[in-house]
Amino acid sequence: MRNILLVIRREYLVRVKKKSFLIMTLLAPVLFVAFYATVIWVAIESVDTKTVQVLDESGLFSKEFKDTEALKFMYIASSIDSAKTGFKKSDANALVYIPADIIRDPKGVRIYAEKNVSMDLKSQIEKVIEKQIEDIKLSEAGITHKILEDSRVNVSSETISLSEEGEKTSSSGAATVIGGICAFLIYMSVFIYGTQVMRGITEEKTSRIVEVIISSVKPFQLMLGKIIGVALVGLTQFVLWILLSTALTSAASAVLSSKMPDNPAQMAQEMQSIQKGMPAQGMPGGNVENPVAEVLGAVNSLNIPLIVGCFLFYYLGGYLLYSALFGAIGAAVDNDADTQQFMLPITLPIIFSFVFAQLVLRDPDGTLAFWTSIIPFTSPIIMMVRIPFGVPAWEIALSMALLVLGFMGTTWLAARIYRVGILMYGKKVTYKELAKWIFYK
Amino acid sequence: MNIIEVRNVTKEYANHVALDDVSLSIPKGCIFGLLGPNGAGKTSLIRIINQITGPDKGEILFDGQHLDQSHISRIGYLPEERGLYKKMKVGEQLLYLAQLKGLSQKQAMEKLKSWFIKFDIKTWWDKSVSDLSKGMQQKVQFVSTVLHEPDLIILDEPFSGFDPINANLIRDEILELKKKGSTIIFSTHRMETVEELCDNIALIHKAKKVLDGPKLLIKEQFKTHTYFVEYRGNLADLGELYELGQEKNLENDYKRIHIHLANHVSPNELLSGLLQRVEIRSFGENIPSMSDIFMRSVNEVPES
Repeated sequence: MRNILLVIRREYLVRVKKKSFLIMTLLAPVLFVAFYATVIWVAIESVDTKTVQVLDESGLFSKEFKDTEALKFMYIASSIDSAKTGFKKSDANALVYIPADIIRDPKGVRIYAEKNVSMDLKSQIEKVIEKQIEDIKLSEAGITHKILEDSRVNVSSETISLSEEGEKTSSSGAATVIGGICAFLIYMSVFIYGTQVMRGITEEKTSRIVEVIISSVKPFQLMLGKIIGVALVGLTQFVLWILLSTALTSAASAVLSSKMPDNPAQMAQEMQSIQKGMPAQGMPGGNVENPVAEVLGAVNSLNIPLIVGCFLFYYLGGYLLYSALFGAIGAAVDNDADTQQFMLPITLPIIFSFVFAQLVLRDPDGTLAFWTSIIPFTSPIIMMVRIPFGVPAWEIALSMALLVLGFMGTTWLAARIYRVGILMYGKKVTYKELAKWIFYK
Repeated sequence: MNIIEVRNVTKEYANHVALDDVSLSIPKGCIFGLLGPNGAGKTSLIRIINQITGPDKGEILFDGQHLDQSHISRIGYLPEERGLYKKMKVGEQLLYLAQLKGLSQKQAMEKLKSWFIKFDIKTWWDKSVSDLSKGMQQKVQFVSTVLHEPDLIILDEPFSGFDPINANLIRDEILELKKKGSTIIFSTHRMETVEELCDNIALIHKAKKVLDGPKLLIKEQFKTHTYFVEYRGNLADLGELYELGQEKNLENDYKRIHIHLANHVSPNELLSGLLQRVEIRSFGENIPSMSDIFMRSVNEVPES
């Protein structure tokens, strides 16, 4: 036991003291925050005002184009030809020409610009025209403006999940985001730390130190010590990332919100419209809810302690399951280059799980979701996708139990290969050979 | 008292037998040479004593007890394939290895200090192993092998990779350790080392032990009752009791010849016979070298 602790300590300290660890730990949250800050900053700054000239021969749209922060409309009254020549001299970004018979021929609208106009601008202009024509046609049919206003309702649905604890508001949006992030983190960490275990073992083997070490430590202890040491490195990195990201994000958002002219609701709204590829558009009426509060509410509606607890469990479980297998490969080969042929069968299930995760996000209670979250090789990733949506306790229990059995199984298997492999030099190993090693006495 | 008793140990691998019913004993406080051609099974035996692998049949006694985990800290092992963590610092690495052998950090630190002074390598403490030359790495590894003052030290080809000065340094350390009461097992091909240092030997060939015992006794066994003479004159009529070998001409009309004596004839009789006939420059018994013994034993074992 003392020896296994010594091994864990060495493996941990050697990695944590490395410059690359420090750089990764510090840089990743900075990059993460910088990325989001850039997105938000671009969203704010890109709102440089564009001027659009409107030549309205029909006279129907004189008040319909409303200036926004991004767009300024100028009405001009001249013939189309003189407007075109005038446009070239002016510094307006676009010229919209609405012909007189627009009601009868809605295809006659022309947008002139020096460069191509953005889809946003185009669809925005089209929308205004469409709406106005629709209004005109409806009032021609005898429907008053008042009725129209009343008929425009903004529907915003709320999903309520019914469970034994009673009704509670849930947000499938927040669940999707959280599930996706968890799955991605587990996917990445299994890969990164699994290969670290593999490299470490190959290094010990090629530098021949392993023979000295296993004259003092049992091979199984050495392997386990390495796996646990690297797992702790991973946990340290996660904890530091979470702390640093939180600190940086709050600092960055404080800076950004002081730059914002309006309330944060608008920022979130702009963000939303950017995501949808739609222009920011003033919503009618004062029924704009505060989306930040909404997001916070949605996140709070999730069972955070359960998610965090399960995340740690599945991170460790998935890591242990796979790193043992990575370790076995590291012991079987002579150098890093030879690992490729054995990597595929191990990386495939991880990659598949990540692909399945996208499908499961869309249908978190389907058959695929159920089975992949029970089978130990895919469950660490898939179950984490499902948990924010709510999973019956017995499924979680079954999946966890199988995962524990799974990593005990792979560790046993890996230990069998490991103890033979580390002393086998200069031999090209085949799958058949590996199978034989497992059954050695 | 024997520190190691190997009793009827057999070790088989998938397609060959590494050790076939080998028994030998290693007395306490001696330097024991474990000899044998490549692939004879020496490394397998060493690994079994180090508990890196276990025997299929037979048992090993350490200091009279059945070999188990508790003996690990009493053994120091320098494998033939040397290796250290390349990117770890020398000091940290030695501390780690010493702690794995059961020393506390404080004990390890104290002992390391004296070794660093003894070998004059104080400046290496914070160096990365990869910055050291091969010979320097060997020194570090030697320190790691003997740091915990083990009762049994197993050295596999200890002098390979050392220049003559450092080889001498290590040899003196080995003799010093022996004086302090440690038992040392050498596994080596270098017969001059065996000749110089070993008290006892065992020879393993094709998974079987072919020879073991104190070096002097073995030499006695391998004596051929042959003497050599360097002389001037004519030896042709020495008599039937003496079997003359091929004459070899030396400078100034001297000749050298090997003479085999019949079983009951003493060297004195030979000498008096010689005195009557020739002028003798030198005379002596042919003592077989370890190298001769090695070659003869290995070649006598029939090919299987």
